[in-house]
Order: sequence, then structure tokens, then C-alpha cells
Amino acid sequence: MKPIVSAVNLGKKFGDHQVLHNVNIEVMPGEVVCIVGPSGSGKTTFLRCINQLETIEMGALFVNGELTGYRIENNVVYRLSEKEIARQRRVTGMVFQRFNLFPHMTAIENIMEGPTRVLKQPKVQARETALALLKRVGLGDKADSFPNNLSGGQQQRVAIARALAMQPQLMLFDEPTSALDAELVGEVLAVMRDVAATGMTMVIVTHELNFAREVADKVIFMAEGRVVETGPPGQVLENPSEARTKAFLAAVVNKKTEIA
Amino acid sequence: METIDISKLNHARPIRVGRVVSAAFLLLAAGYIVYAFAVGTIDWPVVGEYLFTPRILKGAVTTVWISIASMAIGIVVGTLTAIARASRNVVLNSAAMFYAWLFRGAPMILQLLIWYNLALVFPTIGIPGIWEAKTVAVMSPLLATLIALSLNQGAYTSEIIRSGMLAVDAGQYEAAKSIGMTYPDTLRRIILPQAMRVVVPPLGNEFIGLLKTSALASIIGFGELLGTVQDIYYTNTKIMEMLFVATIWYLVIVSLLSVLQIQLEKRFARGFANGGRHG
Repeated sequence: MKPIVSAVNLGKKFGDHQVLHNVNIEVMPGEVVCIVGPSGSGKTTFLRCINQLETIEMGALFVNGELTGYRIENNVVYRLSEKEIARQRRVTGMVFQRFNLFPHMTAIENIMEGPTRVLKQPKVQARETALALLKRVGLGDKADSFPNNLSGGQQQRVAIARALAMQPQLMLFDEPTSALDAELVGEVLAVMRDVAATGMTMVIVTHELNFAREVADKVIFMAEGRVVETGPPGQVLENPSEARTKAFLAAVVNKKTEIA
Repeated sequence: METIDISKLNHARPIRVGRVVSAAFLLLAAGYIVYAFAVGTIDWPVVGEYLFTPRILKGAVTTVWISIASMAIGIVVGTLTAIARASRNVVLNSAAMFYAWLFRGAPMILQLLIWYNLALVFPTIGIPGIWEAKTVAVMSPLLATLIALSLNQGAYTSEIIRSGMLAVDAGQYEAAKSIGMTYPDTLRRIILPQAMRVVVPPLGNEFIGLLKTSALASIIGFGELLGTVQDIYYTNTKIMEMLFVATIWYLVIVSLLSVLQIQLEKRFARGFANGGRHG
């Protein structure tokens, strides 16, 4: 089986500041991968590279077997056109920390926008699919609500439905519960659990270590723009071999007990 | 201590001194102005007589349609300019900046005169070999007015639309990208509709400004409202009366436009409850 995401010595700079160093990550179809690490570790940047919200400067990144963002001919690298990049992005669906729903559209219109505009589906069909997706995320009765009239948890569930409507092969989640009030985190994680159960490939940047422990097939620990440790959750989160990972987990546990 | 429940007691009405004083002052002032005009040498019946004559009505209609046409073209030009300003293409970007600078910088009356007198520089215009015409024949007062007003409006509108686009959260572009939308689609479906919400109130003001600026076109002989009343008072010498006729019509038109603006604001406030405040 071929990996759906394959980062090879991937590097990324913001100006002079290098935020990703020699990142080598593979995601296999059907895998649920959680990326954890302190803030500033580059985990969100890596996720954004996968659907080309960020451009990469070093190494290479393959999604669905295709080199992303560039084309190589006779050892010369050409940047792909916006249209080509838009096409490559269709492999992935993305869920943002701040939801980013379109506020001037109702929930169902948000979900239908991609299928009708990009996939050119007929409206009737797109609406049917959108309704089914809304039901699946538990918001069948909120089809005609505007985002500003929904709670954060509800907005994030609509955002997940919007991403799923494009029938992506890979779902990216960028700290999907970080902007939520504590009591709303559960409903979003429940939907994500349900999506994982369908066999969807997922890459999740998260601070929810319990969720990672429960759902992830693989946990990647990143720090200072590097992959520090990779393995099953039982290994990385329970019995890490790297000192950096141990320090991070200890800090998280301390914070949790402080709150409790 | 005795039990007090303020909801069980009568509440004294607050005395709003400022309100009473200002109302009294304004009533006095208004009364004085009305009195002054009533006893002044103004022939009010003439105002009433001319208010609905076909010539005046035609002038008013001309003012309205030239303003609508110029605003429409101005919005299209302004939107394209704003998009060019947002572009990473240096040439487009600079051209857009130059256009806005030039047409916002030169006085309106001057632009009208330049367009109207274009024949002095270009005796003929057209595409050589395909279509050519004498500029004097083409550049009528109407066309000169339309070009001058639209291009000037486009320059101002571009800045307004640009600020509207900047007001849209960057996450909206990313969300649109993430569902595979192309940039033109993103602008048309996601960014501009949201920018419109911010942009409609200032554009409404611009339109009212444009409507009044169109009166300047009277100096190149374009028969809009002001030009028409001037033509009339040159012969009947009822200058103040005719100017009042024009004033009344301008006020009526502007009031109607304000109602239209409120409707438009509601239309674009879709999804934003509480009159556009984030809820």
C-alpha cells in the first residue's frame, strides 16, 4: 500500500526563520495520525503544507502520490498554476481551529458551496448530500441557521460536514477543539470519532492527548520544527523514549492537575 | 430597616433639561428662517408652478439616470481596481494605484472640461482601420459627463471596496481554498459578498455625493436638473425660485435613495444579526 501523505526531508521558512527541519512523515490510507507538541513546534505549519496553505521550500511533499505545488521537468522545478493547486487541494478536507464558516451563508449553503461550485454537482443532489451530512453531525435541524446563530461546537461540526462534502481522501484537523468552551469539546470529538470509524484517513493536530490515545493509530511528537518521536499512542504518550517528549508530557500532566 | 422594593413604587420621570433647551432653541431658529423666507421677495407660487413642469421633470430624471449609470460603471471599475490592488502582480497593482491617484487628485470640474474638450488633443478617435470618428461628434456633453463621473467614482469606489475586502477575515480565503475554490470564485462567492456588507453604507454616501456632483455637468451644457433650471431662469429671471425648485427635487431624490440604501444594507447583512454586529 502506498502512503497518502509522504513528506521527505521537508523544510519550511518564514523569512529567515526556519520553522520545519527535515520533516519525514508518512501517512497510510485509513490511518488516524495525531500530531502533538508544544506551541511553536511547527505541527500546524506541517498540516497547512499538506493542503498547500503554506508553500514548502525544502525537500518534497507528496499527497496521493503527486508532488504538491511543483512540477519537475529536466531537473527544473516549475511552480504549479493556481488552478492545478486548487485541483490538488481537492484530495484533502480541512477543519480549522476558528471554524472559518462563511458567515453570509446558512449551514447547508456552507456545505453545498464546494460541491456545487467546485465539483459542479446539481443543486438538488448537493442539498441532499448536505442534509445527510448535517444529520450525521447531529445538526439536521440547523440547516437554515446562520453560523453566527450557532454555538462554537455546532459551527465546528458544520465545518466538518463542509469538508466531508467534498469527499476528500484525507481530512486535516488543525486544533479543532482549541477555540471551544470546555463543555463543547466533547460533541466535536464525538463527530471526529465517528468520522474515524468510517475508515477516513485523518491527520489531527491536537492538544487532546486522551483523544489521541483513544483514536490515533500513530502519534507524532514534534518540537522546534522537528519530528522528535513517532509511534503508536501507547508508546509515544505512555512510554516515550525521548527526553523532550517526557518533558512535554510531564508539563501537560502538571497543567491538568493544576486545573483540577 | 423597612423593606423596600423599587418595583412596587412610582418612578419619577427624569427631567431632560438639555432636550427641552435644544428643542426650544431649534424651534425658534426654524421659525425665524420660515418667517424670513415668507416675508422675503420670493415668488412662492412660481416655485409651485414649475415644480412639475415636463422640462424640470426631465432634468430630474436625467440627473437620476446619469448618476445611476455612473455609479454602476464606477462600482465595476472600482471593484476591478480594488482586485488589482490586492493582486501580487506588480504591474496591475501599480496601474491601479496610479489610476486612483490621478482621478482622485484632479478636481471634478476640471475632469469634465478635459473630457468635453478632448477633441482639441485628439481630433479623431477610434481604432485605426476598424472604426474612426470625429471626436467633436462623439464627445457629447452626455458622454463627457458619463466618462468623467464614472472614472472619478471608480477611483473613490476602489478605495472603499478595498477596505471592505481587507475587513474580511483571512480565514475566509483559507476556507475557500480548502474546499478547492479558485481565486476568482473565492472573490465572487465568498469575499466580495462579505465586503459588500461593510461597503454599502459608504457607497450609499458616495452615490448621494455623486448625484450632487452631477450638477457640475451643467457647465459643459449637459441638461441635468441644475442645468435645466439655469436655462429657465436665464429667460424668466426667477433665479431664487428656480433654484428652490432644483433644491426640492434634489432633497426628494436623496431621501428616496436613503430608503433604498436601508433596503440594500438589510440585504447584505444576511447572516449578521443585530444590524451587522457580530453576535
